[in-house]
Amino acid sequence: MTVDALYHWLNETFPFLSGNEILIVLAILIPSVALFMVIAVNALVLVYAERKVSAFMQDRVGPMGQGVGLHAGKWGLLQTVADALKLISKEDIIPRLADRKLFIMAPFVIFVGAFIAVIALPFGETIIIADMNIGIFYILAVSSFGVIGLILAGWSSNNKWSLYGGMRSAAQIISYEIPAGLSLITVIMLTETLSMQGIIQYQSGGLFSWIVFSSPFSFIAFIVYFIAAIAETNRTPFDIPEAESELVGGFHTEYSGMRWSFFFLSEYANMLVVCGVAVTGFLGGWQSPIPGYFNTAGWSIFWFISKILFLVFVMMWVRWTFPRLRVDQLMDICWKYLLPIALFNIFGVGIWTLIFG
Amino acid sequence: MSEFAFWMVAALTIISAGLVVFSGQLIYSAVALLFTLLGVAGLYVFLWADFMAGVQVMVYIGGILVLIVFGIMLTHKIVSVKISQTNVQRRIGGFAAGLFLVILISAMGSASWFMEVTPEPVETVRTIGILLMTKYLLPFEAASLLLLGALIGAAMLSRKEN
Repeated sequence: MTVDALYHWLNETFPFLSGNEILIVLAILIPSVALFMVIAVNALVLVYAERKVSAFMQDRVGPMGQGVGLHAGKWGLLQTVADALKLISKEDIIPRLADRKLFIMAPFVIFVGAFIAVIALPFGETIIIADMNIGIFYILAVSSFGVIGLILAGWSSNNKWSLYGGMRSAAQIISYEIPAGLSLITVIMLTETLSMQGIIQYQSGGLFSWIVFSSPFSFIAFIVYFIAAIAETNRTPFDIPEAESELVGGFHTEYSGMRWSFFFLSEYANMLVVCGVAVTGFLGGWQSPIPGYFNTAGWSIFWFISKILFLVFVMMWVRWTFPRLRVDQLMDICWKYLLPIALFNIFGVGIWTLIFG
Repeated sequence: MSEFAFWMVAALTIISAGLVVFSGQLIYSAVALLFTLLGVAGLYVFLWADFMAGVQVMVYIGGILVLIVFGIMLTHKIVSVKISQTNVQRRIGGFAAGLFLVILISAMGSASWFMEVTPEPVETVRTIGILLMTKYLLPFEAASLLLLGALIGAAMLSRKEN
C-alpha cells in the first residue's frame, strides 16, 4: 500500500474532498502513524524478549511478576508497560551547560533516521509503504542520518563520556557500513535490481532459492552482513560507544526520561531495519520456505516478521554470550577481516554467476 | 500531490540554506546543512533522479557532513569557547549577491523556456550502470584511479612517522 495508492483510494472514498491538500497530508500521515505503531510495538516486544532471553542465557527467570504490591502480570508480561510508564513519568533533565537546542534535537534526528528506513521494508507483496527503484540503496543511505544524531547527542551533552561515546559510535558505524554495503553488493549482483520487492521476487521458489543458500559465497556474505549489522546497531559485542564500564552510558549518558526512550526506540527500530534488510537480501523476504504453500498476504507478513524475530533472537544470543571488544580489535575486525572477505566475496559471486548463472 | 510536496521540499532547502549562512555558530550551520542537503536530495527525486538522490544522501550526509561535524567537534574545546561564524564584508557581499539575483531574475524572465512533461523513467540505475560501463568507461576508470590515489594519500598522511 503506497502513499500514491492510498491517495487514490482516499480520493475515491471522499469525493467531496477530492484534490484537496488535506487528502495528501492524510495519505502521508496514515502510513506514518501506522509505522510509528509498528516501531513502538516492536520496541515493547523486543525489550521484553531481551529481558527474558538474557535471563535464560544467564540461568535466571527474568521478570515474573511475583510478590505483593505492584504486579507485572503473568511471566512479567507487563514489565515493558511498567518500563514505559516509568520513562514517561521520569523527570526530564537537561544539563545546564549543555547545548540546549541540539540536545533536544539529537534524539529526534536519530529516530527519524531509523523511521525513514522502515518505510522501504516490504512486509508482503503489496504491503510496503514505498517500493522504490533504489530500495536497498535508500536504506543504506538514510542509515547515515543516525550517525549525525549520535555525534550531536554526544557533543551537545557537554560531557566527556558522551563525546567519547558519540565519536566512537560514529567511527564504528561509518566503518561497518562498508563491509555491510559490500556484502549487499553480492545480493545486487545476483538479483540485478536494487528494489526490495525485486530482490524478493528473485528468491521465489522455496527454501533453496533463497540467496543465502544459492552459493557458498553468498552464505559468507550473509555472515559478514550480519556481523556488520550487529556492529551498526551498536550492540554487544560491538557496544563500545556505550560501554558501561568505561563510558557510563556513552552518548546518552546525560539523557533521561522520554528523550532517552527515543534512543531506545530507535535502537530497536534499527534492529528491525538491519534484520529486515538481511531477511530481504538473503532469506527470501516474505516468501514462504515451501513453494506454493502459505503464501497469502497474511502468511507473508507472518514469514517476514518471524524471520526478522529469529535474526533478532540470534542478535540477543550473541549479545549475552560474547564479551565486548576493545576499540582496536573492533577496527581490526572491520578493516582486516570483514572488508577483505567481503571484497573476495564479490569476486567469488562474479565467478560463480559466470560459471553456473 | 507532487506540487505540494515540491514546495515543502523547496522551502526546507531554502530556509535551512539561509540558516547555514546566517547562523552565528558553526555547529548550527553544520546541522542546518543536514537539512539543506536532504532538501537537495528531495529535489533530485522530483527530477526522476532517484539514484542521484540516494548518492547525495550517502555521500554528502553520510560522508562529508559527518566529516565536517567531526572536524568542528574535535577542534572545539568542549566547554566555553564558541566557534562563531561571521560574515565579513557584508555590504560588498550583499551587493554582489543582489546583483547576481537581479541578473538571474532578468535572465529567467527573458529566456524562452522549453517545457516538456517527461514520463517517469522505468529504470534509472540500470541505465546509469550501462552508460558507465560503455560510453563513459574512461572517465569512470579515471575517477576510480583518482579516488584510489586519494585513499593512499590519506593513509600516508595519517600514519605514524618512525
